[in-house]
Amino acid sequence: MAIDAATVRKVAKLARIAEPDDRLEPLALELNGIMNWIEQLGEVDTNGVEPMTSAVHQALPMREDIVTDGGKPDQVLANAPKSAHGFFVVPKVVE
Amino acid sequence: MSELTKLTLKGALDGLAAGSFSAEELARAHLDAIDAANPALNAYVLTTPERAISDAKASDARRASGAAGPLDGAVIGVKDLFCTDGVRTTAGSKILGNFIPPYESTVTAHLWRDGAVMLGKLNMDEFAMGSSNETSAFGPVTSPWRANGSDRALTPGGSSGGSACAVSADLCLAATASDTGGSIRQPAAFTGTVGIKPTYGRCSRFGMVAFASSLDQAGPITKTVEDSALMLTSMCGHDARDSTSLDISVPDFTSFLGKSIKGLRIGVPEEYRIDGMPEEIGRLWDEGVEWLKAAGCEIKSVSLPHTKYALPAYYIVAPAEASSNLARYDGMRFGYRGQGGSLTEVYENTRAEGFGPEVKRRILIGTYVLSAGYYDAYYLKALKVRTRIAEDFANAFGEVDAILTPTAPSAAFPIGEKQDDPVAMYLNDVFTVTTNLAGLPGLSLPAGLDKTGLPLGLQLIGKALDEGTLFSIASVMEQAAGFTARPARWW
Repeated sequence: MAIDAATVRKVAKLARIAEPDDRLEPLALELNGIMNWIEQLGEVDTNGVEPMTSAVHQALPMREDIVTDGGKPDQVLANAPKSAHGFFVVPKVVE
Repeated sequence: MSELTKLTLKGALDGLAAGSFSAEELARAHLDAIDAANPALNAYVLTTPERAISDAKASDARRASGAAGPLDGAVIGVKDLFCTDGVRTTAGSKILGNFIPPYESTVTAHLWRDGAVMLGKLNMDEFAMGSSNETSAFGPVTSPWRANGSDRALTPGGSSGGSACAVSADLCLAATASDTGGSIRQPAAFTGTVGIKPTYGRCSRFGMVAFASSLDQAGPITKTVEDSALMLTSMCGHDARDSTSLDISVPDFTSFLGKSIKGLRIGVPEEYRIDGMPEEIGRLWDEGVEWLKAAGCEIKSVSLPHTKYALPAYYIVAPAEASSNLARYDGMRFGYRGQGGSLTEVYENTRAEGFGPEVKRRILIGTYVLSAGYYDAYYLKALKVRTRIAEDFANAFGEVDAILTPTAPSAAFPIGEKQDDPVAMYLNDVFTVTTNLAGLPGLSLPAGLDKTGLPLGLQLIGKALDEGTLFSIASVMEQAAGFTARPARWW
């Protein structure tokens, strides 16, 4: 099996999703089912093929490097789970 | 129910212009219909009746003063991933909680500019990840359609299940929707409605909750092809706030309706005749070919050899982009915040409790295929296969003007039937996902009923920016199909 419980634990950690230990095996099975189905891509000859990174055939537009919006702290904080004195309140980061 | 809710968008606009009824009457009729139906159908996750009435009154005033816009007074529903200024927007997820955007998506801003009136926000699969509307944090949508002689609850499809349900049950004149792998066209096919995903870049993604940014595209679900053209004309247009928005003029798509399609070359890709597809879908497809022949089209067999690899490529590209896009949901600045002893624990619990199982599954797949050691084998490989799929279409469009396929490999299925088998659920998008990968427009229109009385759709795929030709062909096919079936009211 390409994806085992340890891999799920590692990937869930990278994705910052808490997964209880008893979910690791079932998730490994599920993800393997999907990845095994995806493996058929190996049949496609992609030698010398450029990867397609965008469906839009145009150069990325540029604009002046100037402030176009802002000065709305109340709007920025309006949806915050927790805020005080014009700041987001977050859990302690530095021990 | 009032006859006003049975109108098409065009019929309602004509009635408003003729003074047969007011926008306020139209809005009240629809709000009453929603009140009566929503407990059973669960199409709306939020209704905005006060705003609808006041906007409708303002529309009536504009019309009285001779300043009516092209969609003035038209009552529409909005898929809950379009941010609406001051109105809760959740994308069907618990993690957005009670998020109230302080800004408006460009697509909905265009609709309000043209006079449309919002009835409310429509249910959807969580973050548009699903094909049956069962992954919504607000619970599944039930289709207004039922198989003959059965009262089993069916899915309206997904992810735009609320949009398709509301349009087919006359709970709005038209709805906005979005399509990353088939989320406009498959629900349209399941509910006997018309859905178009335009060329990537036609509609601005600004203010749309992101799923997979290189694939996401907005479009309408409507009762008729003409209504689809009316809605799309309003929704499209360049927007500097989306770097992938195309800076090109938007034609009046209604001008393509009723045009002769004599001499157009229509491609029929044999790779779309897949194992296990019900025979009646193949027959309906053949019938569609006959309609186009009768209209003077030339039918050509075309080959899209990489079709079978589109879905597996999609299930690398879309989760990879999603895992990146959804990293913003950390519980710090907006939405739901879980508890925990450390910052990392708060992140992990926020995301574990805020995301549903399908969203978590896709974030894990996306994180896995982008992680060290797998990037080249999976992600880069998928992007190269994506190039192959785009090349298939480029080759085919050297020989034909449009392509005709079925929209979905089955009719609507019962709620709960495919929930335990992710890959079986993913296969719903086998005919639609190719156009997302290639960035091409795709339109689904109702073409007939299966033997149990459920709608089936056919899909037209066009060249980039050639939605006009799709509307010309679709209006001819709509006439030929004569699809008038409506779900019998049981709610």
